[in-house]
Order: sequence, then C-alpha cells, then structure tokens
Amino acid sequence: MSTATVEQEPASKVDLAESGDGAGAVESFDVTLKVRRYDPERAVDAWWDEWTLTMYGTDRVLDALHKVKWDIDGSLTFRRSCAHGICGSDAMRINGRNRLACKTLLKDLDTSKPITVEAIKGLPVEKDLIVDMEPFFQSYREIMPFLVNNSPAPTAERLQSPEDRERFDDTTKCILCAACTSSCPVFWTDGQYFGPAAIVNAHRFIFDSRDDAGDMRLEVLNDKEGVWRCRTTFNCSDACPRGIEVTKAIQEVKTAILTRSL
Amino acid sequence: MTTTNSDAVLPSQGIEAPRSGRIDPKYLRSNPSTGSFEMVAWVFMRVSGAALVVLIFVHLWTNLMVGDGIHQIDFAFVAGKWANPVWQFWDLTMLWLAMLHGTNGMRTIINDYAEKDSTRLWLKSMLYVASAVIIILGTMVIFTFEPCLTDDAGNLLEGVAPQFCHGVTN
Repeated sequence: MSTATVEQEPASKVDLAESGDGAGAVESFDVTLKVRRYDPERAVDAWWDEWTLTMYGTDRVLDALHKVKWDIDGSLTFRRSCAHGICGSDAMRINGRNRLACKTLLKDLDTSKPITVEAIKGLPVEKDLIVDMEPFFQSYREIMPFLVNNSPAPTAERLQSPEDRERFDDTTKCILCAACTSSCPVFWTDGQYFGPAAIVNAHRFIFDSRDDAGDMRLEVLNDKEGVWRCRTTFNCSDACPRGIEVTKAIQEVKTAILTRSL
Repeated sequence: MTTTNSDAVLPSQGIEAPRSGRIDPKYLRSNPSTGSFEMVAWVFMRVSGAALVVLIFVHLWTNLMVGDGIHQIDFAFVAGKWANPVWQFWDLTMLWLAMLHGTNGMRTIINDYAEKDSTRLWLKSMLYVASAVIIILGTMVIFTFEPCLTDDAGNLLEGVAPQFCHGVTN
C-alpha cells in the first residue's frame, strides 16, 4: 500500500500539561460575595452580608452560594433544584441583572468588585433569596398552559408539519424561572400585570396548529392587565436565561389580538 | 380489609392547592376588564403618532421655511392662515390628535408610576380636566377666530389686521 508516512494524531486535541494535579491547572481567584439577606424572624429589615471566598475559574455564582451555605453560614437560604439551568429554581439578581445562578460563571463577572446577589424583584421576599412565586404561577395558570383540542383523540400522536412546529419553537424553551417577569418595570409597580412569562407560555399554545383554544387565551390577554400593559423595554428579552425573544413573542400576541378583532 | 381512616382519602375531598389563599391582594386581578379600550388606545397611539409626524412637519415647514420664514409670523399671518378652511381643518386635526395622543401617553405614565389608587385617581382627574379645557378652548378659537380687529369706533386696528380686512370694511 502507500508508503507515505502517516503523521500520528495527538492523543487528545487538548494539550494537557505534563505535570500538575488537574485542579491546580484551573485558575483560582478571590471573590467577594455580597448577598441581600432577609429573615423576618431575625430582623424587620433586610441587610447585606459579605463573604470573601477563594473560587475557581470553573465555578458559578451558585457554587459560591453553596460554599457559603455549606462551609460558612448555613442560614443562607436560596432555591436550587437541578443546578444546571433546566429547572428554573435559582433565578436571582446578580450585579443588578436577573440571571440563573447556575449558569453565571464567576470569571465572567467583574471579580475586582463585590458580586451582589439579591432576590428577584416584584414578588414578596420570604427569606433571603426566596420569593413567593404564587402570584407568578397564578398568572401562568390563567392563560391555560395546556393543549386544548376539540377533535377526537387520534390513535397515534397528533401530527404537525415541521413548519407549524417552528412557528412557536422559541416559546417552548421557557423554564418558568420568573427572570423575565421580575425584570419587568411594569410588573414592579403593578403586580396585577400578567407578565412576560405568562404571555410567552400563552404564545406557545396560541400559535400551536394543534390547539383550539387560542381565542380564549387571546381574550384573557386582551385584559387591561394583559399584553397592552407591555411597554417594550426589552428587559425580559435581556433577562431570559434561555435566550427566548420574549418581547417579540409579546408583540406577536398583540398582533394576533388585533387581527382577530378586525 | 378496607381503610376507614378518613384522612387517607383526601383526594376525593379535594386537596387545597399549596399556599392557596395566601396571595397578597395587590397581585389579584379583582375586576377583569370588558371591551377592548386598551387595544383601541394602543392602536390610536400608533396611528395618531404617524399622522402627527406629517401634520407637525408640514405645519413647521409652512410657518418657518416658506416665504419670509420666521419673520413672517405675526397676528396677521395666523389670521390669514385661519381664513382658509384647509388650515382651519389642519390645525384642528393637529390640536385634537396631539392632545389625545399626549393625554393617553400621560395616562399610561400615571398608570405605570402611581402606586396608590387614590394618587392615580387624582392625577388622572387633573389630567382629563386640563386636556378637556385645552381641547375645547382650542377648538373654539379656531372656529370663532375674528381676524379683523376694530377699535371702539369700528375702525380697523392698523398694523395688526391682515391685508384682506381692508377690502371688507372700506
């Protein structure tokens, strides 16, 4: 066969350091974590606590919170379930922006200044970083977030063309973390506003070709606390950890209500 | 053997949803709105906004750029314009659209920023009264405007009355 010399591929595409024990290869740095605390059993008002921690380049804000809770102050309270950006439990205000603590790497933040962590705004704080999500889910329930189909159920699945599926693909990504709704300045002063998350989840069914209750959802969102309350400030689109174009979805629901009325 | 413990069959009695009844009233939509006022207001803002761009820029152009430009503006110039029904209609449309557009904008700002219902009520009442007064006064001025001012003796006021008045009274 061929006599040409075949160059040996390297064992790995990543050049591993010959020495070192792995963990040492990851850069480490000191960060100051500044958390807004609230505990009605300890004090009437909220207060700030600061901790300086040695963290690694692979660590997220959630890891810093874990380090505090597990090693320093066990009374620090926050929600987290999967810790990998899917469950939507740990939305919080990190350096003034709504983020998932489990998706925000410390090295991406400005570590020369304290990293501020607060509970999301607009919902009643229960303790530290935990808010009462019930008003949020109440709005979610009101837009009927489930498939309504009046035709008899087929024996197999309800088929849908890839184009029809694509129509609402963006809004299927919502994980109900409330980062959008609690970043909305309208929601901050008017808790009765349905909020971006409820509208996004209505959008997911309104534009689903298999669903028959779009008109009912549009009627619900034509309320004075519905889509017309949106001021298109794009805070929700900026906040969404799933990259959903929330403001665009709200505009599409507005257009749907308009064209239905005309 | 069947279970007789009544506590064990809660689902049939209906379990209360977690935290039910504990929502702060400020989050509850007590009176759902009927009709589509907010939608009409939303559409009006966009339509009137587009119309006002044309109305205002033509207004500015004819007043400030055409003819002698800014130096031509005096009582006689305004009187001359309002002697023409086209400009009467133009200014009337501009007045109504601008006032309603601005009032609706202020209404949404008050809705957004006022936190107490009583504050909101007072601010909106003041806004509606002020807007109504300006719209009514402005409309009256456009339709009852008297271009040929005279003194007590019935003579035209020189230097104030536009040119076409002289033909009428002399």
